[in-house]
Amino acid sequence: MITVEKLTKCYGGATVVDDVSLTVERNSITAIVGTSGSGKSTLLRMINRLVEPTSGRVLLDGRDTRDEPAYLLRRRIGYVIQGNGLFPHRTVAENIATVPRLLGWEARRIEARVRELLEVFSLDPVTYSDALPHQLSGGQQQRVGVARALAAEPLVLLMDEPFGALDPIIRAKAQEDLLDIQRRFGMTVVLVTHDMDEAFRLGSQVAVMSGGRLLQYDRPAVLLTRPADPFVARMTGLADRAMRLLSLVTAGEAALPGPSDGPAVAPTASLREVLSDLLWSGADSARVVEADGSVRGRLTVAAILARGRP
Amino acid sequence: MSGAALAVDGGRLTRVDPLGVVLVSAGALALAFMPFVLFKANRIVPGDPRTLAQVLPAWAGLGCAAVLVAAAVVALWVANARVRLAVALLGVIAVALAAAAAGDALTPAGDKVVRVSPGGAFWVLSVCLGLLATDATTRLKPGPALRVLFLAAALGGVSVALSHGTFDHLSVMREYAVNSVRFAHEARQHLKLAFGSLAAAVVAGLPLGVLCHRSPRLRPGILATLNVIETIPAIALFGILMAPLGALAAAVPLADRLGIRGIGAAPAVVALFLYSLLPIVANTVTGLKRVSRAAVEAAHGMGMTGWQVLTKVELILALPVILTGVRVVLVQNIGMVTVAALIGGGGLGAFVFQGIGQTAIDLVLLGAIPIVTLAFSAALVLDALVEVLDRVKA
Repeated sequence: MITVEKLTKCYGGATVVDDVSLTVERNSITAIVGTSGSGKSTLLRMINRLVEPTSGRVLLDGRDTRDEPAYLLRRRIGYVIQGNGLFPHRTVAENIATVPRLLGWEARRIEARVRELLEVFSLDPVTYSDALPHQLSGGQQQRVGVARALAAEPLVLLMDEPFGALDPIIRAKAQEDLLDIQRRFGMTVVLVTHDMDEAFRLGSQVAVMSGGRLLQYDRPAVLLTRPADPFVARMTGLADRAMRLLSLVTAGEAALPGPSDGPAVAPTASLREVLSDLLWSGADSARVVEADGSVRGRLTVAAILARGRP
Repeated sequence: MSGAALAVDGGRLTRVDPLGVVLVSAGALALAFMPFVLFKANRIVPGDPRTLAQVLPAWAGLGCAAVLVAAAVVALWVANARVRLAVALLGVIAVALAAAAAGDALTPAGDKVVRVSPGGAFWVLSVCLGLLATDATTRLKPGPALRVLFLAAALGGVSVALSHGTFDHLSVMREYAVNSVRFAHEARQHLKLAFGSLAAAVVAGLPLGVLCHRSPRLRPGILATLNVIETIPAIALFGILMAPLGALAAAVPLADRLGIRGIGAAPAVVALFLYSLLPIVANTVTGLKRVSRAAVEAAHGMGMTGWQVLTKVELILALPVILTGVRVVLVQNIGMVTVAALIGGGGLGAFVFQGIGQTAIDLVLLGAIPIVTLAFSAALVLDALVEVLDRVKA
């Protein structure tokens, strides 16, 4: 659990982060969204003390982060930045081994961990262990960057616009991977982005920042239905907020009992996708079908539309 | 040669190599109108010019001529770089051996007074063949390892020939025979001064460069000061240093006993050190600036200490650029140490200035040839090193 208490950062006369308090639950993904200059990156960097706060404090599982030297704290926290920041002179395996080496792990343990992570990120160890970063594609480099951050099994992973440099298709895949990996390793993720879609897709909690202040911190659905501030409403998109709301709910969650002769949809599909399917096919309802072929229920257009209202 | 080309192959004149035309014409003119060697009855009298044909035994003359004609033909019409390189090297060897043979032929057995020095034709031919070899090498684009290997082979070949006594009857080697003990001493002194001031400059320049990189406020001042030092002529800097170092020696007897005086090696080392600082500091700053900010940020973010970030990431990634500065300094120092001889600093420059004083050009060459060879070798080796490092991290 990360507790941010009255955190403020001033540079000269300018207040970049202004009295921000929030609590990040363990094993969750929290997205911090804001325009550039909103102070979101500074807030993130105060968690691992790359930026020292002017006032306020950060607790990690109840312990003040200033209780130990900053470099020791950072070895316990994964950190991923935009453009991955891989060391160009070190091989993929050496890059991933950075923190375990700093922590003085045994060579055999490091090797096993590197191999495990390469496999998790679908990079063949034989092919990629000894490759240099510039020999990889952008998407592969990004995955190595995340693998490197996770190498020493940190409980917390901080990500600063981690997918900003990727093209849309690879980006979607990387977001998918992050969700899988968070479920697999169960670490607490704090992710900074300027992309509200990304925040809604990844974050179980979303923090909206503007001008250094935290405007609202809540579940995505609450941000859409009860924006605390006109800025939050603008950020979340007034025009298509109903559609965004639908994209937060899966077919499995919304399925109701009853027969349907409409198209089959997976329970993991979002209501937005199901609605689009129904519009396209002209059907009135869809069948929600599990991977094993059993029917979970149906979704009528009316039931979907009801979910799109606050 | 080029006239024949016109007659025989006028329709395809464009295929004649332009560099070849220049080199072959220069070589042919030199052979026709300049002496290949100069014969002197003793060290002081003016030389008596002899052409290649006059000095060589018939078989050797024919052999040398055959190699030179082959080199000329290849230089003019053969585009294959390997062939051009091979023929140029053969030519250099032939010309060197011809000079050695001329020395042997013109020196009566047991004579130690007669001097045979290479003449204009020798030098022009060597330069032409050298340029042909350089041009061919550039076209071949050999890798760094191959270049160093090539240098080692060339130096090895020359040392074998020297120790075998091949060139013993040439005047430069005559001077060497007379000065061999001093030569070894001055050569060592030369290397000590050049590498010593380089080492001092690296030890002082690296931290200064890091400081400039970290503190944009100090950077302009430091770099401007070093720039001003760089513009002071070497002789003037020696002069400027004489007063304070002399005063230091007078005031502190220990300094005097350590050899820190107004003249000698101390002002030379200090001056070379000062000249060396700018390239080292400037290249360290440039190299560090070139390091990816994301990599440095990530290094901090993963929990490296400040020292680890500097030594394991920043300096390693800046190394090729820093080494380029080292290369500049080393080549510059090897050349500038020569001037140190003027203030009693020693080094191979001692032969150069002594030779100038005695108008003994052979003595000048005894100092100058090793200096040029050293500078050339240092440049080649460090260039290769930079290329290897750059390729690893590119």
